[in-house]
Amino acid sequence: MQKVIEASGIAKNFGNTQALRGISFDVNEGEIFGFIGPDGAGKTTLFRIITTLYLPDEGSMTVLGVDCVKGYRKLRENIGYMPGRFSLYMDLSVEENLRFYASVFGTTIEENYELIKDIYSHIEPFKTRLAGQLSGGMKQKLALSCALIHKPRLLVLDEPTTGVDAVSRTEFWEMLGKLKAHNITVVVSTPYMDEATKCDRVALIQEGQILSVNPPEVLKDSFTRKLFYVKASDKYNLLKILRSFPLTISAYPFGDSIHTTFSKDNPLGDLNEYLLSKGINDFSISEGRAGIEDRFLELMGTESIHYQ
Amino acid sequence: MRTILYLIRKEFLQIFRDKFIGKAIFAVPLVQMVLLVPAVTFEIKNINLGIIDRDMSPVSRNLISRLEGSGFFKITCFTHSEEEANNMLHRNRCDMILHIPEGLDKETTSGRVCPVMVSVNAINATTAQLSWAYLNGVLQDYNIDIIRQNAAVTTLSAMPQIKVTNRYWYNELLNYKYYMLPGILAILVTAIGFLLAGLNLVKEKETGTIEQINVTPIKKYQFITAKMVPFMIIGLVDLALGLILGKILFDIPFRGSIGLMFLCSAIFLAGVLGLALLISTFSSTQQQYMFIAFFFMIIFILMSGIFTPMDSMPLWARKFDIINPMAYLMKIYRMIMLKGSAFSDIARDFYSLLILAAVFMSLAVRKYRKTA
Repeated sequence: MQKVIEASGIAKNFGNTQALRGISFDVNEGEIFGFIGPDGAGKTTLFRIITTLYLPDEGSMTVLGVDCVKGYRKLRENIGYMPGRFSLYMDLSVEENLRFYASVFGTTIEENYELIKDIYSHIEPFKTRLAGQLSGGMKQKLALSCALIHKPRLLVLDEPTTGVDAVSRTEFWEMLGKLKAHNITVVVSTPYMDEATKCDRVALIQEGQILSVNPPEVLKDSFTRKLFYVKASDKYNLLKILRSFPLTISAYPFGDSIHTTFSKDNPLGDLNEYLLSKGINDFSISEGRAGIEDRFLELMGTESIHYQ
Repeated sequence: MRTILYLIRKEFLQIFRDKFIGKAIFAVPLVQMVLLVPAVTFEIKNINLGIIDRDMSPVSRNLISRLEGSGFFKITCFTHSEEEANNMLHRNRCDMILHIPEGLDKETTSGRVCPVMVSVNAINATTAQLSWAYLNGVLQDYNIDIIRQNAAVTTLSAMPQIKVTNRYWYNELLNYKYYMLPGILAILVTAIGFLLAGLNLVKEKETGTIEQINVTPIKKYQFITAKMVPFMIIGLVDLALGLILGKILFDIPFRGSIGLMFLCSAIFLAGVLGLALLISTFSSTQQQYMFIAFFFMIIFILMSGIFTPMDSMPLWARKFDIINPMAYLMKIYRMIMLKGSAFSDIARDFYSLLILAAVFMSLAVRKYRKTA
């Protein structure tokens, strides 16, 4: 399979801040490749390098077969970019924005209408409305339409669903799925773990480093330990007690339960005793399936130990 | 080329979509012409004059009625008390006080010299000097009459003297409007090129739209050109508007070539647009830009010779004006409009402006390439 992005050892510093510390990854043609990581992990910096807005300090990156530093001119014609912040002209109407971006790429709305039809049809009834007066979800659809209007081979989306309602988020991911039919590769970042399952492959990124790259299913299965869901009415106290339990490796609150891992494969007997001795009677323990978030936290945990 | 046209179309669309700016572009020249040109004048009328007349004689009364009749003075205080008069000066009721001592009549009719005293409020040095000059003029005239009268009594021959008649060239009636209008036009053109264009450039950065533009194949020179052309056009249209208004409202003389004036303005605009681009590369918000641009504008305007003649500036200030594009423009406008200067007369200023524009522009483009 052809590689759309090949990056090796990409590093970028801003003063004393190391935004990216030697990142390497490949993106295959036609896949949806997700970057998942907390705020400040370096996702936006990485995307700006992919889209030729920043130059990397170290390392090399080939995008669509051309070097992203030397071939930036050629690249810009084939990349669609949707920055994290809405960057279209607020004082131009929906249609004017779309027409403008079509014209600077030397194309027209009509020529590539097929490609954006599914997305644009949602906002077409409001095409005379100023972009600044659109709702968050509609702004996002317009931004995606504008990023697609020149039929790019690679679409780079920086946190496209941040600040968008749940229904629009689901719709948005459905639309991204449809782009595969047009052989458009999508690189997308998100802080939402649940969206990772919709990607073909996911890179977990933290503090400028990639922790792992895997399909979401593999990522979940690669969880190394048994995971237990522990519940009790006094959750805060339970968390403190679990963390003080000598066999506990990690304990993170998720919804109404605490996802906990232990250094022993069958810690239940010891745990029962310990919890009772600490005065917690109404607890329940069950073995659970790990989600991406669990895997991410696990990776983060080992990394931070590694740093120390 | 087509890309530039699309970009320019987008700029115009945005400029006129802005309800405020779209209208202000045409309202500003109108307001400046109607309000500023008549308001900013050095002609001083209605000087509040206080008089201490200790003589109360036909001579002193005659002098006072001459002062009143000159049209420059309004007598707001008439007293015998020096204290009261000084008090009036303190409280801003009088701008100046004429102190006529006892014995003016007696001394002058008997052929001797009698001093009078004038106190002037010099908080505004220009007003003080001009008021004094007007008062002195009236006193001089009266002096000559007194001498004549005395001379006629003692000798029969006319007094020998030099009589000066003068003529003001290029502005015969010393109409300040003719002097101010070209200056106001120059400020107008600068405001469009320097403030509007620069703010527009920074706005793209501040709102983040530049990021989306930068990932398109638009080249930097296309982007810059498309940013500058609209403001160049608006600046020149506003200049034309200002000139038409000046003709209608004040019958401003226009003796030189309109084409030459517009050519110079276009070069000037290219220069200030370059400067705007240069400053915009240093600022990331419109607020930052506005503050720095305002600082430059004030320096350019005050040192351009719009209010104060350049010849009276200190040497270092005149040296600074070598890099002040407004100083050249101000001079060129006044020379073309009032004097009818041809290209050969303003060639030096023209080429200076051209060099300045080229320098600003190339500095700006070089800096812009590195940053954005």
